[in-house]
Amino acid sequence: MSKIILDRLQEKFGADVLETSSFRGDDVAVVRPSRWREVAEFVKNDPACQCDYFVDLSAVDRCDPNTDDLDMPDRFEVFFIVHSLKKKHRVRVKARVSGEDPRIDSIASVWSGANWQEREAFDMFGVRFEGHPDLRRILMYEEFEGHPLRKEYPANRAQPLVAYRENTFDKLGPFLRDEGMPLNRSVSVDLERTPENPHALDKNN
Amino acid sequence: MEPVDLDFEETELELPSEPMTLNMGPSHPAMHGTIRMVLTLDGENIKHVDVQPGYLHRAFEKMSERGTWQQVFPYTDRLNYVSPLLNNVGYAMAVEKLLGVTVPRKCQLLRVALGELSRISDHLTCNGAMAMELGAFTPFLWLLKAREWVWEACEEQTGARMTHSFFRIGGAAFGPTEGFDAQVRGMLPKVLEVVAESESLLLKNRIFLDRTQGVGILPRETAIAMGASGPVLRGSGVDYDVRKDKPYLTYDEVDFEVPVGEDGDTFDRFMVRLEEIRQSVRIVEQTLDLMKKIKPGSPDDEINIRDPRIVLPPKSEVYSTIEGTINHFKLIMEGIHVPPGEVYQYTEGGNGELGFFLVSRGGGNPWRVRVRAPCFLSLQCVQSMITGEMIADIVPAFGSINMIGGECDR
Repeated sequence: MSKIILDRLQEKFGADVLETSSFRGDDVAVVRPSRWREVAEFVKNDPACQCDYFVDLSAVDRCDPNTDDLDMPDRFEVFFIVHSLKKKHRVRVKARVSGEDPRIDSIASVWSGANWQEREAFDMFGVRFEGHPDLRRILMYEEFEGHPLRKEYPANRAQPLVAYRENTFDKLGPFLRDEGMPLNRSVSVDLERTPENPHALDKNN
Repeated sequence: MEPVDLDFEETELELPSEPMTLNMGPSHPAMHGTIRMVLTLDGENIKHVDVQPGYLHRAFEKMSERGTWQQVFPYTDRLNYVSPLLNNVGYAMAVEKLLGVTVPRKCQLLRVALGELSRISDHLTCNGAMAMELGAFTPFLWLLKAREWVWEACEEQTGARMTHSFFRIGGAAFGPTEGFDAQVRGMLPKVLEVVAESESLLLKNRIFLDRTQGVGILPRETAIAMGASGPVLRGSGVDYDVRKDKPYLTYDEVDFEVPVGEDGDTFDRFMVRLEEIRQSVRIVEQTLDLMKKIKPGSPDDEINIRDPRIVLPPKSEVYSTIEGTINHFKLIMEGIHVPPGEVYQYTEGGNGELGFFLVSRGGGNPWRVRVRAPCFLSLQCVQSMITGEMIADIVPAFGSINMIGGECDR
């Protein structure tokens, strides 16, 4: 692929573009998180880039809980991918934010498609997008604790909204006199209809 | 005594109007069981809508991190479960891109043919369901009958109707079966016939036209900025198809058109899907022809790449030689060793650009599997589509984006 976007980014932002690479044809630029929004606006409006089509936004947790500090300064790698329908090229821009207080500017005002994707990244990783119009959880529910795609979140942890019940096998029958319908018709005929046993059939009918 | 109504003129009569909140879904037949919409209504007009997905969230991305690279395949089947083979292809190609390998030509052709069959079944389902939600039950049953033929052909080839898990990293489970070619060629004309029949029922139906034309309009600029893709984007008049834009597999060798709408309304999206079925049929037929031209015994004729680090050895070797046994054991227990790196590979799925973003840190397990679900982004457009419209317009507008819960909520 062409490296026009990467060259333009380096020209414009200089040392704030920390790394660039083109592994397997994917153009990637790592930028300083403080310039995140400016980079997004530049990539969209620059006549050489014209990346008008929003593709994706998410994050990667780079922390291995077994070896790394959970508060490491470059823990979450937030990335967005945008495409130019005119020039037929695309770029992936990344920024690394700290694990302690992950924050980055929202780009939902640049591409409106980023709105839900940022909500999802917030939901899954707990990255706060500043300036986002409506930063709520999207896939999980409000009461959910933690952020499931963080590496330290155990995959087998369950958070039921209604607590699990003990399985009470004694309720499966035979029923007590005042519970449920009797299984056997002949038994019910023998029972008398009393306030405790309202379902018994009346003998006289 | 004079009658009370003499005091009022009709123009002065104003009913008290307060916005009303209405909960639509998740248990609503038109919401496909997985979407909740909180509507603020003024009479029957929608003033504001909050679309809430997530009811079918199964932690696809988290689960993928737990197993080996190969173990992700069954999960991908359950993303877009009406076109599972396209997801298989998308994921297999993403891992292959990370590994830096290309599958042999025969496998590429098989991927195109089965992928397009999946696309046909996807569009048949979507258009049929949308027509049914508007009261047209006959086309729904007819289109599903055609889908059944498509699925029978897929079953003949892969052994399963829906969740195939057929493709592998570096190839496929096995090559085309003996009856595959004949069955597909016999079935496709019948599918086209059914599509034409259903079309003739719907496109002369005043009710259907009134309820879809000019309803749920998605302007071109909004669709682009929102990241809508596939038939939703093309219905809005944007000529973007990954198969043409950045041809992968053998799409550059076959001849097909990309249908594009004009107004971006529900009707255009319906028509784009209908036309795509016809184009997919063309692609499948041409691909089967290309498959016949492969010289038997040539390197093109193989189905898997020849790399014992990626592809499982044949069963006869596993059971008779110690090297085969060890090779098989290592691949199953440790997984394929994928070199560190990250790639984003995108293909044209049933709903549009289906992207897999993979991060590897070496070893047999993925570090991160991110799927760019096309209908998640299309669903986001629903808010702008239906705000200001009437409550009955939600059903066709929502139906036309083909929200598949498995893919949207992951």
